[in-house]
Amino acid sequence: MALTGIQIFKLLPKTNCKECGQPTCLAFAMNLAAGKAELSRCPYVSDEARALLSEASAPPIRPVTMGTGDNKVTVGGETVMFRHEKTFVNKPAVAVLISDTMAEDDVSGRIKRYNSLRYEWIGLLLRAEMIAIKNESNDAAKFEALVKRVMGETDAIPILISENIDALKAALVVSAERVPLIYAATEKNYEAMAGLAKEFKCPLTAKADGLAKLSELTDKIVALDVKDIIADSGARGVRRAFEDMTFLRRAALIQKNRSLGFSPITFPCEMTDNPLKETLIASMFIAKYAGIVVLSDFQGESLFPLLVERLNIYTDPQRPMMMKEGIYPIGNPTEDSPVAITTNFALTYFIVSGEIEASRVPTWLLVMETEGLSVLTAWAAGKFVGDAMGIFIKKSGITDKIKHRKIIIPGYVASVSGDLEEELGPDWEVKIGPREAAHLAAFLKMETAG
Amino acid sequence: MAFEIPKIAYTGKVRKIVLGKGPKAVTVGGEESYPFHLFEGAMPHVPRIAIEVYDSEPEEWADAAIEPYKDVLKDPVAWAKKAVDVYKADMICLQLASTDPNAQNSPPEQAAQTAKKVASAVDVPVIVYGSANQEKDAEVMRKVAEVCDGMSLILGPVQDQNFKQIGAAAIGYGHTVSANTPIDINLAKQLNVLLGNLGVQDEKLIIDPTTGGLGYGIEYCYSVSERIRIAAVSQQDERLQFPIINNLAKEVWKTKEAKTGDTDLMGKGAKRGIIMEAITAFLLALAGADVLIMRHPEAIGIVREMISDLTT
Repeated sequence: MALTGIQIFKLLPKTNCKECGQPTCLAFAMNLAAGKAELSRCPYVSDEARALLSEASAPPIRPVTMGTGDNKVTVGGETVMFRHEKTFVNKPAVAVLISDTMAEDDVSGRIKRYNSLRYEWIGLLLRAEMIAIKNESNDAAKFEALVKRVMGETDAIPILISENIDALKAALVVSAERVPLIYAATEKNYEAMAGLAKEFKCPLTAKADGLAKLSELTDKIVALDVKDIIADSGARGVRRAFEDMTFLRRAALIQKNRSLGFSPITFPCEMTDNPLKETLIASMFIAKYAGIVVLSDFQGESLFPLLVERLNIYTDPQRPMMMKEGIYPIGNPTEDSPVAITTNFALTYFIVSGEIEASRVPTWLLVMETEGLSVLTAWAAGKFVGDAMGIFIKKSGITDKIKHRKIIIPGYVASVSGDLEEELGPDWEVKIGPREAAHLAAFLKMETAG
Repeated sequence: MAFEIPKIAYTGKVRKIVLGKGPKAVTVGGEESYPFHLFEGAMPHVPRIAIEVYDSEPEEWADAAIEPYKDVLKDPVAWAKKAVDVYKADMICLQLASTDPNAQNSPPEQAAQTAKKVASAVDVPVIVYGSANQEKDAEVMRKVAEVCDGMSLILGPVQDQNFKQIGAAAIGYGHTVSANTPIDINLAKQLNVLLGNLGVQDEKLIIDPTTGGLGYGIEYCYSVSERIRIAAVSQQDERLQFPIINNLAKEVWKTKEAKTGDTDLMGKGAKRGIIMEAITAFLLALAGADVLIMRHPEAIGIVREMISDLTT
């Protein structure tokens, strides 16, 4: 059970030494309670208080890290029900399911798609992180062989799905270096499963029928000193799964229920045979609280939208998505093509570049660093104004790419054209573009006609 | 620690709004909880689907979007009938794209006649949307309101610079208004206050908080809808207790990802746009949408199935 700021304050030295970086012990206590500070910042806390507090100040939903090297994911650690309240921090991992009874083509196709379906999107890499490997054969050797293959052919973090302790052990021997997830401890086998999790230092899924039984099960597993737990309430119907996701998050955040303070794994792959519906179910889990989403297969047309959704939902609402400053050629522009300038708010860029692309007029788009502000906001903040724009245009290198010296500015900042002309000098002509991106196509066509 | 269902108590309720009239009128709103939280509050009316119809033949649509309507693209009346009869639209949304001064700039009278023909041809509620050019929409919507007197249309987008003209016309001829603001809960509330002061009845108002598609700002729209719904049911914000409408299809289908054909990485072009539309619509429903303006029958079908799964 988490403690309040005042309860924590009583356990602190109350010397207001400021060494933790906070003005007072009370302020530090409040930040601890809110999950915004680390207890280790206090050099003087007693061992006894430390033991009490480290338990109490732990995040309400335990962060669990899986994988190694470049492909490492952390799930859990969330602190809010709605993303606008603060932000969702740890994106759910996306997994594809393979089984040791699947035909070779099905396995190799999934492995190939796992490896190849990666997307570059506003300078970020969108990709899946996990492969769930199911021991449907119940044969330890087959399972081990498939896990070995996944280890050899991919960088995926394995989810090892089996009820067979020997099979899991064999699989863990060949995959433990990658910190895989074990699936799953149940009421019947949790002691043996917890033993494996401890031996191989891997997180363990707790699976039970419903949240009441799940909380009993996690208590038992924690008592065996296995704390990195992923939760599965067993719900495989859409409505019950949606409700369980909400209950689980609320139990952890609102009721401070430590027994349910675990990130959930979800199985859209087990909830329908219709690929489109599976995608929609996955989209629900991405928005509503999943830690891991296991899909039956990956196809570009569905994986890409899901990865974009995940990025969108987990974007920090306080910090806009930004583009890198620079020159963006759209539609193979030449030295005669028009040049337009806009700000580096990702949404502004998307809309402007989309309209330019739709116009089929090859264009150079200059994207200027404005701390992710949109055109009007950046102008109001003094960041998207004549002299700053002029300096950026000159040093951007665009003059090496074009013969003419014309620059199109957004209609909303028409008032900066004088300052911009002054900064750029007499060679340049400043053209005032439309206010709305939607009218860019017509504008560009007119500009380049005749 | 033992498990106890963590329910919360709500203090407010979204207004019920009847759209259209007659036996096929559609009631939306009435929620007393967060979206699909049926375990702790009522959601008497599930989100409903309006199918888009364009007043002029669309240009540069993706093949997948054209396919279901290829025989009716030139005829808004036939298009609306097909949307209702074949694709079971709960409502029609007539998009008056041709009135855009940057497109064909067709005159208000022509738009109003199209609206009248479409509204006369179907028995479901008809939403009529302008081009979002505030000046032009003021003229177009006043004419639409007048020519379609008594047909109980839903007129939008009604914005800060034209709410007086469109609002007054809607009051005069018995239509509902869709109050549109740029993804901002405070501006949404303010416009609702202004429309109320103008004399628009609470029963004749829905909120259009502006929509961005998946990858193109959906997160802002998702959160503004969540905030509007929270304000309505948990904070008793009486000026935000209205149903929400999202004009989403055109935002999704204009993106290059929805228009691109088959590629190795992005998979089948014919499916991708449908999936993007369905995810966008479903996310908005999860965030609080009551009316979803959609395009592709397959996307509509799966969104309906998800809504049904969540409510039965």
